[in-house]
Amino acid sequence: MQPQPKVLTVLIILSIVLFFGALGMVFLYAPLEAVMNYVQKIFYFHISNAWVGMLGFIVAAVTGTVYLVTKDLKWDIVELAAVEISLVFFFIAIVSGSIWAKPSWGTWWTWDARLTTAAILEMIYLACLLLRQGIEDPERRARFSAVYTLVGALSVPITFLSIRIWQTIHPAVIGAGSSGALGSFGMTPPMLNTMFFCLITFSVIFVTLLWYRIRLGQLAEQVAQLKIETLQ
Amino acid sequence: MQISSTAHRPPSAFLKAIGAIVWKDLAAELRSRELLSAMLVFALLVILIFNFAIELQPGLRSTVTPGVLWVTFAFAGTLGLNRSMAVEKDRGCLDGLLLAPVDRSAIYFGKALSNLAFMLIVEITVLPIYSVLYNINLFNVGLLLVILLGSVGYTAVGTLLSSMAVQTRTRDVLLPILLFPVILPVLLAAVKASSGFLGQLPMSEIWPWLNILMAYDVIFTAVAFMVYDYVLEE
Repeated sequence: MQPQPKVLTVLIILSIVLFFGALGMVFLYAPLEAVMNYVQKIFYFHISNAWVGMLGFIVAAVTGTVYLVTKDLKWDIVELAAVEISLVFFFIAIVSGSIWAKPSWGTWWTWDARLTTAAILEMIYLACLLLRQGIEDPERRARFSAVYTLVGALSVPITFLSIRIWQTIHPAVIGAGSSGALGSFGMTPPMLNTMFFCLITFSVIFVTLLWYRIRLGQLAEQVAQLKIETLQ
Repeated sequence: MQISSTAHRPPSAFLKAIGAIVWKDLAAELRSRELLSAMLVFALLVILIFNFAIELQPGLRSTVTPGVLWVTFAFAGTLGLNRSMAVEKDRGCLDGLLLAPVDRSAIYFGKALSNLAFMLIVEITVLPIYSVLYNINLFNVGLLLVILLGSVGYTAVGTLLSSMAVQTRTRDVLLPILLFPVILPVLLAAVKASSGFLGQLPMSEIWPWLNILMAYDVIFTAVAFMVYDYVLEE
């Protein structure tokens, strides 16, 4: 097991610093929004988490395809790391979104395009993990997981578009304002700055966690190798 | 003389292979009828359950019918996909197919076509029974077209995913979990298009859904065909 590289140590310190910086910006620097007051501040974290979740999904789909082409198992470790981490980040995004929605829209959930696609994406992550659980052979597990993330990655945009089309024909708007209106509460420059800072913070946290998870995956692979060698 | 590689085989061998696999499945099914009877009975039971689960009062029926039909087809389809692949694996047919000098994608198309045939047979049988039970006329050309397009998309992805699921420990349970998140555009578009045709909406409103169905069918048949080699490696 290689010792923790310096860059990783720097990254984790940076993540912690940035996170507290983000907290500070959100609570001290960003102005209170006119209508929703403190509830609106959830949005900074909600958007950042959702962004990271989607980034992870793209990373998973791409590394899965790279694995299918190169057959190098290290890409499978990256894919698994991306799926697991995105699962958690996206779940946080969904829950924080629900918490924001209740006071804003009057409901915990609505079946609009973004939320429904988010739920489906979460189910695809879970399905991928369940698929991996059921396979012993690491090479077959990597192949199937890559195929499934590819199929999932292709179907999610189509799902989003279909639900969008469904909505334009039957607009189902609950609560004040359309659920798709992100900038509807008009973000002032300090808010935008805070937003971007949070996005950067969470991207750094994502990279740090991904790196750690990859290291864990490599360690697990080494353990599996040792097991095979010892039992022979 | 070199053992034939893919390049040396005539294209008609590909079609012959597909035809052979479809014929094998249909002939086996004709003799035992275990798959079709299971799917059919299951579909009828689901419709029966829906009678109690949803108040299918005369006024509501036309709005709820497409949804009920497609849920029934989705679940019965899962049954068919599972059994079709499980039978291949358990009886060693899959190994036999892999040893035969055919393209892996021929196996995909053969299995997908036979799965599609079974699903269509079940759907064609369920439609008149539903019409009689709920006194609603389902013999609408548009509806039949939607059922065809939807079933094609469903079996295209379903055959790929069931080939994966059958090789895992959790087999039957895993297929719905894998399939349903991915098949949602098909279900959504099929239900909307079905209700459009049944409600006699103008074609301009139904076209988006038909387009989604056709696009989905083309994209996923192509993707499944390209990726199937990776799923059936030994």
